[in-house]
Amino acid sequence: MSEHLIRLENIHKDYGGKQVLKSINLSVRDKEFVTLLGPSGCGKTTTLRIIGGFETPTAGVVYFDEKKYNDVPPHKRQVNTVFQRYALFPHLDVFENIAFGLRIRKTPEKEIKESVSSMLKLVNLSGYEKRSVTSLSGGEQQRIAIARALVNRPRVLLLDEPLGALDLKLRKEMQTELKQIQTQLGITFIYVTHDQEEALTMSDTVVVMKRGRIQQVGTPIGIYNEPANAFVADFIGESNIVDGIMNEDLVCTFAGRTFECTDRGFEKNENVDVVIRPEDLKMVPPEEGMLQGIVESVVFKGVHYEMTVRSGDIVWLVQSTLPEVCGTNVGLKVAPFDIHIMRKSEAEDEED
Amino acid sequence: MNKKRHPLSVLYSVFIFLFLYAPIIVLIVFSFNESKSRGRWTGFSLRWYQELFDNSTLMDALKTTLAVALISSAIAVIIGTAAALGLHYSKKRIRNVLMNVTSLPMVNADIVTGISLLLLFTFIGLKLGFVSLLLAHITFNIPYVILSVMPKLTQLDNNTFEAALDLGATPLQAFFKVMLPEISPGIVTGFILAFTMSIDDFVISFFTTGADVNTLSVAIYSMTRRGIKPEINALSTLMFITVLTLLIVVNVRSGRDVQKREKERH
Repeated sequence: MSEHLIRLENIHKDYGGKQVLKSINLSVRDKEFVTLLGPSGCGKTTTLRIIGGFETPTAGVVYFDEKKYNDVPPHKRQVNTVFQRYALFPHLDVFENIAFGLRIRKTPEKEIKESVSSMLKLVNLSGYEKRSVTSLSGGEQQRIAIARALVNRPRVLLLDEPLGALDLKLRKEMQTELKQIQTQLGITFIYVTHDQEEALTMSDTVVVMKRGRIQQVGTPIGIYNEPANAFVADFIGESNIVDGIMNEDLVCTFAGRTFECTDRGFEKNENVDVVIRPEDLKMVPPEEGMLQGIVESVVFKGVHYEMTVRSGDIVWLVQSTLPEVCGTNVGLKVAPFDIHIMRKSEAEDEED
Repeated sequence: MNKKRHPLSVLYSVFIFLFLYAPIIVLIVFSFNESKSRGRWTGFSLRWYQELFDNSTLMDALKTTLAVALISSAIAVIIGTAAALGLHYSKKRIRNVLMNVTSLPMVNADIVTGISLLLLFTFIGLKLGFVSLLLAHITFNIPYVILSVMPKLTQLDNNTFEAALDLGATPLQAFFKVMLPEISPGIVTGFILAFTMSIDDFVISFFTTGADVNTLSVAIYSMTRRGIKPEINALSTLMFITVLTLLIVVNVRSGRDVQKREKERH
C-alpha cells in the first residue's frame, strides 16, 4: 500500500467560465481524518464531489492508491458519501436503506442481515430495522446515512457538512461519535465543514480553503498557533489583525510602538500583518502595559468575557476570565511569542 | 376550526350543489326510466342499459375510447416522465420557459388544438383515423403527466440519484431501483389523469378522427343529431360515474400525500 491513499494533483475546476478550484494539490494518508474548512463558496464541496466522482475536474489528476481515478464512475469507486441532507431513500425502510449497497452487489441474504444489524449497533440505532426513514429525527436520519455508507466498507468516507442541520448539543455528541467510529473502523474520513470548531475538534489534518485555493494544510494545533496568513488567522478562532512593519529579525513595529517578537526571515522594513489572539492579550494596570487604552465594551461569553479596548486608532479584542468596567483605563501586554507576523497575502492582492 | 355552521351557509351550499348537479341527477334518474319519455317518470327499468349494450355502434365506440385512452395515457406517461426528469435537471431559467410551453396545450382552447392538429395531419398526409386520434390524445395528455411527476421530483433530496450511484448502483440501476419507485405515485396519478382527460375529450377527437373510427363522445354527438335516445342517458351515466371515480381516486391519492408530508413535518 502506498503512503498516500488519495492524491489530488493540480486540480482545476471551471463552471461556465468561473474558476471554482485553482490548482488544488492535496494528499490524504490512509486512515487519516482530513477536514476541508472554509467559508461557503470556497470550493470545499466541489473538491469533495471530485473525489466522489460526481464532478470531473477541468484539469488535473485524481489518484486513488496511486492509480489514476479521473474516469472511474462513482459506482466503481471505493469511496462512499454522507450527503448534506442525508439523501435517504424514503420508499425503503431503515433496513433496506442500509442494505441497498449490499443488495446491488448481490451479497447473500444472511450476510446482509448481519452487516446491517452490526451497522445499526455501531450507530446506536439497534431495533430500528422496520422503521420508515421519514419518521426519524434529523439526528437519527444522519446516523442511518452514515450506516448506509459504512456498510459497504469503503476505503474512504466523504462527509459533506453532515452535522449542519443538527442542533448544537446533538452536533457535539455526533462529533465525538464520528471520531470514535473513524478510529474504530480505521477508515479515511474526508470531512467538509465551515465550522472551525468542528474542524479543530475532530481532524488529524485541516485544509483551510478560500476562493478555490488552499490557504494552509496542517494539524489543528499547527493551524491555530501558526496560521499561514491573516485569512487563516481570522477564520480559525478570533484574531486581532493589524498592519505592521518588520524592522529587522525579531523586531517589529505596530500600533505606534516597537515590539520584540520571535519571527525572522523577512525583508528589512517589510509591510506585514500582525496577528494577536484575543486570549494572548493580558489586561494590566495602565502603567505596566505595552499599550494603553480604554475599555469600550464587555460581553459575557460563558467561559470568558470578551472586551474591546480602544488604543489610538486600533480597537483590540481581548478575552479574559476577569471582567473590567467600561470606560476604565487599562494597559495591554503581549508576550513576544504570541505576536504572529505574516506576509501580506499574495493571493489576495492578485484577486482584489 | 369552527364546527357549528350557520344554517344559511348550509342552505347556500345545498343550492350550489343542486345547481351544479341537478342536470346530472336528472340524467341518471331518467336513464332508469321505463318509457321513452323525457319528461314523465313511468317506472324503474334497466331497459336502456340493455339496449345500450346491444347497440354495436356504441359498443365499438366504447372499445375505441378505451383503447385510445389506455394507449395514449401509457405513451404519454413514458414521454411525460422522461420530460419531467429532463426539466428537473435542467437550469432554472430553461425549466421555467419549457414548463410554460408544455402547459400551453392545457390552457389553449380545445377547438384551436383540434383544428391545428387536423391541419397538421392533413399537411403531412396522415390519413385521419385511429392513428391520428391516438397521436392527438398523446399530445394533450403529456402536460398532465409532467405536472403530476414534477412535484414528486422537487420533493426528492437533490442528491438522491447520486446517493444511489455512490452506493454502487449503475446509472440504470439507480434509475429503476431508486428514482422510479420514488416518483411512481406521481406517475400513477399522471396516468389516471391522462386516462380521464382522454375519455372526457370530445372537441379534439371530433376533429382528428376519421369517418370509420368513433370515440364515445363523437358517436353520441352524431346520434343526438337524430334526437336523444334514452340509451344515451344510460351511456352518459356510465361515463359520468367512470370519470367521477377516477377523479376521486386522484384526489384521494394527492390528499394522502399531503397528509403524509404534514405528518413528517411534525
